[in-house]
Amino acid sequence: MDETVAEFIKRTILKIPMNELTTILKAWDFLSENQLQTVNFRQRKESVVQHLIHLCEEKRASLSDAALLDIIYMQFHQHQKVWDVFQMNKGPGEDVDLFDMKQFKNSFKKILQRALKNVTVSFRETEENAVWIRIAWGTQYTKPNQYKPTYVVYYSQTPYAFMSSSMLRRNTPLLGQALTVASKHHQIVKMDLRSRYLDSLKAIVFKQYNQTFETHNSTTPLQERSLGLDINMDSRIIHENIVEKERVQRITQETFGDYPQPQLEFAQYKLETKFKSGLNGSILAEREEPLRCLIKFSSPHLLEALKSLAPAGIADAPLSPLLTCIPNKRMNYFKIRDK
Amino acid sequence: MSVLRPLDKLPGLNTATILLVGTEDALLQQLADSMLKEDCASELKVHLAKSLPLPSSVNRPRIDLIVFVVNLHSKYSLQNTEESLRHVDASFFLGKVCFLATGAGRESHCSIHRHTVVKLAHTYQSPLLYCDLEAGLQWCNHGSLQTRAPGLK
Repeated sequence: MDETVAEFIKRTILKIPMNELTTILKAWDFLSENQLQTVNFRQRKESVVQHLIHLCEEKRASLSDAALLDIIYMQFHQHQKVWDVFQMNKGPGEDVDLFDMKQFKNSFKKILQRALKNVTVSFRETEENAVWIRIAWGTQYTKPNQYKPTYVVYYSQTPYAFMSSSMLRRNTPLLGQALTVASKHHQIVKMDLRSRYLDSLKAIVFKQYNQTFETHNSTTPLQERSLGLDINMDSRIIHENIVEKERVQRITQETFGDYPQPQLEFAQYKLETKFKSGLNGSILAEREEPLRCLIKFSSPHLLEALKSLAPAGIADAPLSPLLTCIPNKRMNYFKIRDK
Repeated sequence: MSVLRPLDKLPGLNTATILLVGTEDALLQQLADSMLKEDCASELKVHLAKSLPLPSSVNRPRIDLIVFVVNLHSKYSLQNTEESLRHVDASFFLGKVCFLATGAGRESHCSIHRHTVVKLAHTYQSPLLYCDLEAGLQWCNHGSLQTRAPGLK
């Protein structure tokens, strides 16, 4: 086994938390059941890793085996990367061909290898006709850097692909081209949607987030549940604005629905607008150039936070459509200009 | 436009009614719960409202004290208070109105300067209390609250 491959496998295994180790090794399916049974997983991590490397050497692990392990690690730790969304479209008049996974993989690999002599491409198919692609980039003269790969998740029955944001941005056009040509599309466009949560991006892009499920709370009377009132409410407390509260709850429900919101961490608005003011003769209003300004909303769970603004009394309902349109428009990066 | 007047109804026998006005319902609820836990010689009722004017269709007892709750972290809260103040009759401000400012402890989150509410309370000749509901209820000037609300012992 190559020194670099051994080092690569070692570093990958070291990243894996102990409680996930057996699961990931089983998913990798490279070391046999017998081999795994010889490992004492209760030792210190360094000893476990040493033993595993030894077993990999016995089985002569190759670079592609190591790359596969890396893909599996990333599948378990998706949130460590920020994912961009790309949409492809077919040219006008092109037929929808039957998708051939083998042909796609060959074509994709060939395109990248022709352009850059040194590149490592690995694939792993998952459910829902998705394929995870891992690309380690090199140049004409340098070997691929295995520690800064790009990951692509392509849903073959759809025109959408998710790409991990990478520092090596110069390879993105080539990657886009390879994906487009290999999947028999005509054009690829980057959507204004980005997040760490791949599942949420999927839910937004494929419009799967608006499914209501029956929960055990549905046994309580509708009004009490919707007002969020405590059933053991003190009768000495009287709410004067029940009508207003109901209105806010109704509008919130109409806008956001009953279902849990997809998870996003931020929304960014780039404004390029002229200053508008009711006062005449304001210096800013006379300015010819538009003002530029960037507004960013951050939250561990942005959409749930927005949903709770009006019921908490922090904002008026209905909220600005610029905020509520995020899952619908499949965007969390906005550019606002004067019409 | 309905305006709240202090003496337009007869007082209830041995009862006192406090009206809390503020945008954040959870805050008002917490405040009301804490107030009701305290010992009170009369029967205490607390009404919670987001803003004034109150809905006119309801038959309610005479209000003995209005507390305007302003969250210093929210300009929306101050704006709501200023608009609600227009619906209070001038005679209410003879000891039956109080301002409660929350969130002064977290200076970095304050978007309203303390001086703004001080000026507001001064303009309306009413006392201003500071309260931090997140750390548990702490009353300042608890004594002054009791003496200024007739009907409460």
